[in-house]
Amino acid sequence: MNILLAILVLGSIAAVFGALLGFASVRFKVDADPIVDQLDALLPQTQCGQCGYPGCKPYAQAVADGEAINKCAPGGEDTIKKIADLMGVEVQPIDDSHVSGDAPKSNRPKVAFVIEEDCIGCTKCIQACPVDAIIGAAKQMHTIIIDECTGCDLCVAPCPVDCIEMRELPDTIHNWQWDLTSIPVKQLD
Amino acid sequence: MVESVIERITRGHFWDFHGGIHPPEQKFLTSNKPIKQLALPKQLIIPLQQHIGREGDLLVSIGEHVLKGQALTLSTNPMVVPIHAPTSGTISAIKMSVIAHPSGLSQLCVFLDVDGEDTWRKRDVCTDLAQLSNHEIIKKIADAGIAGMGGAGFPTHIKVSSKPDIKFLIINGAECEPYITADDLLMMEQSNAIVDGIKIIDRLLTPAVILIGIEANKPKAIKALQQATAAIEKIKVCIVPTKYPTGGEKQLVQILTGQEVTSGRLPIHDGIVMQNIATCFAINEAVRHDTPLIRRVVTVTGQALNKPQNVWALLGTPINFLLEQCSVENIKNEKQTVIMGGPMMGFSVSSELVPIVKTSNCILVPSKKEMPSAFEKESKEVECIRCGQCSDVCPSQLLPQELQWSAKAKDYSQLEKLNLRDCIDCGACAYVCPSQIPLVHYYRIAKAEIREQQQLDLKAEKAKIRFEARKLRLEKEKVARQEKHQKAAAARKAAMNKATPEATGAKSAVAAALARVKAKKASKGQSQVNTSDSQNDLPTDTAVDQKSQVATAIARAKAKKKLKEEAVQKPSTSDGIVDNAIEEKSASTQQASTDDKKEKIAAAIAKAKAKKLSKSAEAPDLEKDSDDTSPKKTVSSDDKKAKIAAAIAKAKAKKLSKSAEVPGLEKDSEDSLPEQTVSSDDKKAKIAAAIAKAKNKALAKANEGKVEVNETSLLTSTNNATEIDSKPLQPEKMVQNNIAESENKPVAATDKKAKIAAAIAKAKAKKKLKEANTVEENDRDGV
Repeated sequence: MNILLAILVLGSIAAVFGALLGFASVRFKVDADPIVDQLDALLPQTQCGQCGYPGCKPYAQAVADGEAINKCAPGGEDTIKKIADLMGVEVQPIDDSHVSGDAPKSNRPKVAFVIEEDCIGCTKCIQACPVDAIIGAAKQMHTIIIDECTGCDLCVAPCPVDCIEMRELPDTIHNWQWDLTSIPVKQLD
Repeated sequence: MVESVIERITRGHFWDFHGGIHPPEQKFLTSNKPIKQLALPKQLIIPLQQHIGREGDLLVSIGEHVLKGQALTLSTNPMVVPIHAPTSGTISAIKMSVIAHPSGLSQLCVFLDVDGEDTWRKRDVCTDLAQLSNHEIIKKIADAGIAGMGGAGFPTHIKVSSKPDIKFLIINGAECEPYITADDLLMMEQSNAIVDGIKIIDRLLTPAVILIGIEANKPKAIKALQQATAAIEKIKVCIVPTKYPTGGEKQLVQILTGQEVTSGRLPIHDGIVMQNIATCFAINEAVRHDTPLIRRVVTVTGQALNKPQNVWALLGTPINFLLEQCSVENIKNEKQTVIMGGPMMGFSVSSELVPIVKTSNCILVPSKKEMPSAFEKESKEVECIRCGQCSDVCPSQLLPQELQWSAKAKDYSQLEKLNLRDCIDCGACAYVCPSQIPLVHYYRIAKAEIREQQQLDLKAEKAKIRFEARKLRLEKEKVARQEKHQKAAAARKAAMNKATPEATGAKSAVAAALARVKAKKASKGQSQVNTSDSQNDLPTDTAVDQKSQVATAIARAKAKKKLKEEAVQKPSTSDGIVDNAIEEKSASTQQASTDDKKEKIAAAIAKAKAKKLSKSAEAPDLEKDSDDTSPKKTVSSDDKKAKIAAAIAKAKAKKLSKSAEVPGLEKDSEDSLPEQTVSSDDKKAKIAAAIAKAKNKALAKANEGKVEVNETSLLTSTNNATEIDSKPLQPEKMVQNNIAESENKPVAATDKKAKIAAAIAKAKAKKKLKEANTVEENDRDGV
């Protein structure tokens, strides 16, 4: 009799909490997966596709679904660290198979540059650009909008005359960073 | 509130700000020497950008001679401040050169070779300011290229543009940094001009009260200003205690008004505007004397100099020229450090060619004894001992040691939490640090990196938006394409259904057609026989031959007509899924009909060739036989009539096919209705041609000898579109040799034209049929 009572009591408690949880899961349902947006915000948005996904958001989705976190070459170690923090996983070294071209010699950002006298106006690079940063029309010379270029590299390969190259942005006083080799100024008696 | 502040100020009581230090002033080096006017340097290097904002558009080119005060750049934007030629001379170059920036990076500079004449451009000296409107005054200030001369270089004309409710106008004469005496000397020597400048700002901003803040260590300047402002009730000269960094904007506001400018806000938000002493002087020069900002007072000081002093330096003067003028002791010593700005906030310059700009107030050349740290290659920095002195002296009430750790760890979010952005780079913390940690340096690096990161984030955000927009655009284009295809398919289907009532008589037509097909098959066999026979034909056989040919032509025309009717009607009589099969069938039928046609054309060509041969044999005979020209004439005239009839018929056919062409254009995108129009027009044209042919042949019977010429030409024109040349006309020409040429030629010409027209019309009709076929096939694929 006692056992029956215990089963009844525990059963009813389980039913009550089950109903409560069920209600909560419906009432407080989160539509989108917020982790994807958070991951997307961490990615550099170059849309380069070096990770094997067609853009940063798809890779963010993939990471949320358990893809390796070390495939973002433009983001580098910093991005991997941030993703690791967010996902609660170990920091991994960057996956070299997803780094296209040679390892960058410097950290300076690069942008595409059209050698304009060589351009034949084939529009292939325009179709490849993920952020519409190339202006031009068929049989007209193309050029890059430097401010919009993400440096993703995707326009270099399709060019039939190899007139696109990646160039480092020049150092200006606007993007210059202080370095520790400067002489510190101090006043002593 | 303003009243209580004024009351307190009149009693000589001020507020205090947190922290601050008392470094050795070292102002005695220069404070007792008048401002020296220098000889003109040989060359000036004028950077295009000398302020916060953007550089203007160049107005001059290399080789151009400019006058003193002439504008070199044009301001197109409020944040753009123009620059002017500090003296007359020739522009020798416009190129990148090292500028006054801690990075030692280059920027675009105008190189001016001084001609030594110092010729002014035409100046518009204003004696009565009352004549000028506020707007005109502000324009004068903007055109004069005045930017804040205290250090930051914010465009002054923005700062003095009227804003409501300005409570305090504070004139910053604190000059708290050691060594610098430029403003001090300016106040001593030009107090009246400064007060005039203050009056102009007063007029523009109409503040409740004007406070001139001067540190107590400048007694002569205080006296001069007190004398100059004695008559003006509104202006109060406030003597504030000497402490570094009193001259900081927020610090001076707090000292004079007791108000603390909170984090992230500017004094203007609290109704306070601050102007530097030198800026007031420049405003007066610009508005009253039409003198743009082309020179400034620079303190050239330091114990490495024999003659430290204040000088009037033209903007763009390279610092090596200034140092020469003040006789540097160890000019050959390569390790001599030259600091631009004061010892607390300045930076060492990388080149002696760095020019003086609007914000440079001091060139400091310390001796090794005076400032040993400036000569050390390696920092003497040791670990932080957590003494907390730095936070005691921080005027912004930050926690420098915490900031330092976070900066070293590149923990930017923590730096944000610690309010790094409120740091004014004053260097008080580094000054008191017993571990000799260059704290400000770490902050500057962190600030630059945070700024860079913010720019990257902005760029990433922009890239994301553009990427999403592009994706959306591509998707939209894809959907639009699909929709277009679907619409076109639907339209074609609708058109087919619409055509049904037109073809209600289909069944009877089919029955009639079947009969005609049989007839056609028979005639086809016959015509083939004829073709083979005609090769051996004799002129006597031509009559029989002609009869059969007429029959063949009629049968052919009918067969064609029927075939087309079939092609049109079959798909339209049914719909639904059965459509596919029937369409396929009709398509194949049409294909068959075109094949059929080709066969016929081939046969006709063969026939025509045979006739030509026989004609050429016959023609000489005729010529010989004829004694009189009259029979020939009648023959030729009959011939002509027949040709004209044929030409008219062909012209009609052409017209019809042309009218069919217009709806035909729509067909590609819209529906298949014109297809039917085309085919029906085509049919009509062919019927007309056939009738004309028949008539022609009837005539030919009467003139048996000549008929073949017509026959040949007609057959050629109706069936063989490609073989239009003068060959079929040859026999005719031979026949008509005796006839007057004037009569003959036009006929031949019209005949030819008509033939060409007919051929073109036919070719077009065929093309349309083919297109219709392909469209139908596509349609089927689409469905």
